[in-house]
Amino acid sequence: MASRSTRPISPHLQVYKWGPHMLVSVLHRITGSGMATVGSVLLVWWLAALAGGAESYATFRDVFTYANGRLNIIGYVIGIGLTLALFQHMASGVRHLFLDTGAGYELKRNKMGAMASLIISVVATAAFWLILGIK
Amino acid sequence: MGTGTPLGRVRGLGSAKEGTHHWWRQRVTAGSNLFLMLWLVVSILSRGSFDYASMRLWMQSAWVAVPMALLVISVFTHFRLGLQVVIEDYQHNETRVVFLILLNFFTVGLGATALFAIAKIAFGAK
Repeated sequence: MASRSTRPISPHLQVYKWGPHMLVSVLHRITGSGMATVGSVLLVWWLAALAGGAESYATFRDVFTYANGRLNIIGYVIGIGLTLALFQHMASGVRHLFLDTGAGYELKRNKMGAMASLIISVVATAAFWLILGIK
Repeated sequence: MGTGTPLGRVRGLGSAKEGTHHWWRQRVTAGSNLFLMLWLVVSILSRGSFDYASMRLWMQSAWVAVPMALLVISVFTHFRLGLQVVIEDYQHNETRVVFLILLNFFTVGLGATALFAIAKIAFGAK
């Protein structure tokens, strides 16, 4: 085992030339972990606050909004962050379902699918907030 | 029962006694999440107001309470499976076991709270 330190180790992310498919793969895990922790806690807080009555619901709303009902900075950061994470995870997840069938592994098509998921998530997030803002 | 053939092992009798169960449930809940989360997004966008009274009224409808409960079950199952894979990738030995148990507590505790809140609103007084 004397030569152990000089033996090649398993190649990891840093040895590859970065492409959109790698970014999307990493983002899928980050967005999933983020929604599973921050997103799920906020969803349950929202439901529990609504079930608890007007007072607890006001406490919940006050964290994310100004007195006039408009979103404050926390509301925007959390809101845009979670919707962007949701749409990225959703688009990337649908891509994964296609990849599961064995389709889309050709270099060009794989790259296109990864790029598409990034574009879809940004466009969907922008559309969501535009529609919400207009109403 | 099936230990002799590759297919038999895949069906759940390999060394982990799990087969493709984890992988398959992740895919099935991915499909149900897609529909349920799109429902939630469209529902939020079609709400006029987010104040207490109108949100209560909205959630009291069976057409909202039922999909919301299904959403919690589907999404929580999906993230329970997903976070398990993340923990298995980065945690080893005893800490892995501790994290996996904490994950179960987190998922079940939060999920039960969500379902109770939905039921309380749906069955509550008008």
